Amino acid sequence: MSSSKTTEQNFIIEGANCGSCVAKIEKALNSVQGANNVEMNFADRTVRVEGSAQQSTLISAVENIGYGAKPMDNTSEQDALDEKAKSDEAHYKKLMRNMLLALGVGVPLMIYGLIFDMSVTTTNQRIAWGVVGIITFMVMAVAGKQFYKGAWQSFKNHGANMDTLIALGTGTAWLYSMCVVLAPSLLPEVARHVYFEASSMIIGLISLGLAFEVKARGRTSQAIKRLIGLQAKTARVIRDGKEQDIDISDVEKGDHVRVRPGEKIPVDGDVLEGSSRLDESMLTGEPMPVSKQAGDKVVAGSINKSGTLLFEATHIGQETTLANIINMVKRAQNSKPSIGRLADVISGIFVPTVMIIAILAALAWLNFGPAPSIAYAVVALTTVLIIACPCALGLATPMSVMVGIGKAAEFGILIRNGESLQTTSKITTMILDKTGTITQGAPQVTDVVTFNNADENNLMQLVASLENSSEHPLAEAITQYAKKQNVTLSKVTDFDAITGKGVSGVVNGQTVLFGNKALMDKYKIAVDDATEQAHTFANDAKTPMYFACNNQLMALIAVADPLKEDSVQAIKRLQNKGIHLVMLTGDNKATAHAVAKKVGIDDFIAEVLPEDKVNEVTKRQQQGEIVGMTGDGINDAPALAKADVGFAIGTGTDVAIESADITLMRGSLHGLADAIAISSATIKNIKQNLFGAFIYNVAGIPIAAGVLYPFIGVLLNPVVAGAAMALSSLTVVTNANRLRFYKPNKR
Amino acid sequence: MLMINLLGAVLIVAIIYWFWLYKPKQIHSNDNKQTIVVDNGVYQPSHIKVAANKKVTLTFDRKDSAPCAETVVFPQLDVSESLAMGSNKITLPELKTGEYDFHCQMKMYKGKLIAE
Repeated sequence: MSSSKTTEQNFIIEGANCGSCVAKIEKALNSVQGANNVEMNFADRTVRVEGSAQQSTLISAVENIGYGAKPMDNTSEQDALDEKAKSDEAHYKKLMRNMLLALGVGVPLMIYGLIFDMSVTTTNQRIAWGVVGIITFMVMAVAGKQFYKGAWQSFKNHGANMDTLIALGTGTAWLYSMCVVLAPSLLPEVARHVYFEASSMIIGLISLGLAFEVKARGRTSQAIKRLIGLQAKTARVIRDGKEQDIDISDVEKGDHVRVRPGEKIPVDGDVLEGSSRLDESMLTGEPMPVSKQAGDKVVAGSINKSGTLLFEATHIGQETTLANIINMVKRAQNSKPSIGRLADVISGIFVPTVMIIAILAALAWLNFGPAPSIAYAVVALTTVLIIACPCALGLATPMSVMVGIGKAAEFGILIRNGESLQTTSKITTMILDKTGTITQGAPQVTDVVTFNNADENNLMQLVASLENSSEHPLAEAITQYAKKQNVTLSKVTDFDAITGKGVSGVVNGQTVLFGNKALMDKYKIAVDDATEQAHTFANDAKTPMYFACNNQLMALIAVADPLKEDSVQAIKRLQNKGIHLVMLTGDNKATAHAVAKKVGIDDFIAEVLPEDKVNEVTKRQQQGEIVGMTGDGINDAPALAKADVGFAIGTGTDVAIESADITLMRGSLHGLADAIAISSATIKNIKQNLFGAFIYNVAGIPIAAGVLYPFIGVLLNPVVAGAAMALSSLTVVTNANRLRFYKPNKR
Repeated sequence: MLMINLLGAVLIVAIIYWFWLYKPKQIHSNDNKQTIVVDNGVYQPSHIKVAANKKVTLTFDRKDSAPCAETVVFPQLDVSESLAMGSNKITLPELKTGEYDFHCQMKMYKGKLIAE
């Protein structure tokens, strides 16, 4: 469990039963070349190794000295989660038992107090209330033991915490009541009133609140649990020609793995054989199954829907995309946006401050309060102490962030930290890279117009043969198109690539040229017939390419990078949120203009270089905008880093996950709109939580101290304060849980 | 009444001294490794001196099942870890000279690392 990102491996050690084993195992691992910083944790039998040593070498080093070592993976994580669920359940039961005990005594006492008077006047009453006092003491000792122990430990360490407040509050109420029972003469007659029910009720209500909190907290981390649950436990690998089911941790890189319909993909890999449709929705948020065939990549955690696939394992254990995502979500869930820092400062100095306020309130009642002032002082002191627990303040942010980031992960949006979650909701300008972000990023042939009676099939054969030798991105579009037409390629001789213009060569004895107008001009080929058509193509965001054969223009081929299916709709969603959109592209002005027009973006900049993208981000930031940048490629990386929030459109590769603030696993721009919506919802939730917590504390304390008394005669009952304290944390956790049901508006 | 008011004032001064002014006992960790027991609402030891510019390994021995004890946060280091019941090892990066707080989510359990 390390926070620093080093190459580290964790193993579970088997057979280590003595303290001296630790030294032996550490020594054995240290002797492996490339292993640094070996640390064994005897208590949980795990060992952590940093460095470049091979996993198998480390395992055999441990096995050679008579122990076993198993790599730690998500299966062990699942076990740890199960373990946690068990311990939570035990804790819940204990709290419920304490609650029943305390309320079992407190509720009848309170009902009695409502009907009869709890004053102590006669000797018989003193005896009866003395017995009640002893019973209450026993309840406090049994059901409230943890609070008193915690308060004492904390006090010894010069600290004050929630336990301190509970112990002081209930202790004051009980001590005062015992004073009434044992030495009533010390107090004025009207103040001889006992508050035993308060001590019991407060302990009962706070235990109940804590019990609910344990339950609700368990639900906040459900996204992580679901992600971990996606991991298959076994894999069917083919070794020595035989298929066998093995434990997921035993799968090695290069293993051939078979998955049948309905099974989970156990590790990341490349498909070797078969075709199928995979449900990758938990990773990408994309509801439609994705077709896979030989050559495609599959990622662990997706579900095989239809056919059987055979693939080669490329990433295993902690290297899989799923493991990366889990780690990233976990890290992010534990970070805090700055909105939570204010609460941190306040809660740090809160408890002693509250103690001082409680004393001041008590003194004020004693000095200026009506009779019986001592009774009012005790109530005010107890109530202030009890209501003021700052726990809800401390929980307000982390709980919402935890649920919000988990929610985003469900939509295939990976948020790196709490800070970017917060900034996302404030974005005013979003810069979108065109290629691969708004468009599909893969050019396609859209039109073929022939001239001089050329036959399309024949000319495609010539063009494809020529382009097959080219490395230009457009060549891929041509060859793909030709492939669909079942064209057989011919040999090309005298191939020449003319930079910035196109290519030339000899195919089937004919001299062929393929490129832009400049290439045609160079070879003095008349293109007048095609000029108008070329303009039309350019205006339509298509790149016109000329093809000439034996010095005669034969065809005009238009190539375009088509829009992603849902770009227009997603862009509309972003604009509806009031975000100014800017499109950047390295493409020419005409293409940029046409694409921008199609998707409805007014502000676009064409022919930009990667450094221009950074400058554009900086410029907008200097104008006071909060700038988001969305891109898909390595060329966008500097701008992604410079922007207030960088969104990488990733296909789930490690680089994309590591480099941007937010990674959209799904290719669609809807992810961007979803991310902004979830971010806004989370920030709203945090604000609600902070508001709620402040109400309990900031408004609760003066009321408890008695400021309303002179006006409307209200002084809070300590039992109400106890209920409020229990409610405050519960409200925060429950409200955070509400986020789990949030669905971004698709319009 | 004067006595009671005086007593109140003394109590307030005592609170200020005990919780804010008094410097708690600091444990010196020789090898930058320290086990911290998480129990009864506190970290023990809570104030730990470590050598600066060297990795710090803390083992949190969690005995307290209270939900807040589950997370330990080092806000200045942007580190936050979940603690399972029992032993949990956390390796922190090399610390520059200074003081680093750590606490649970509710800030009820508090501690400090002093890097020198």
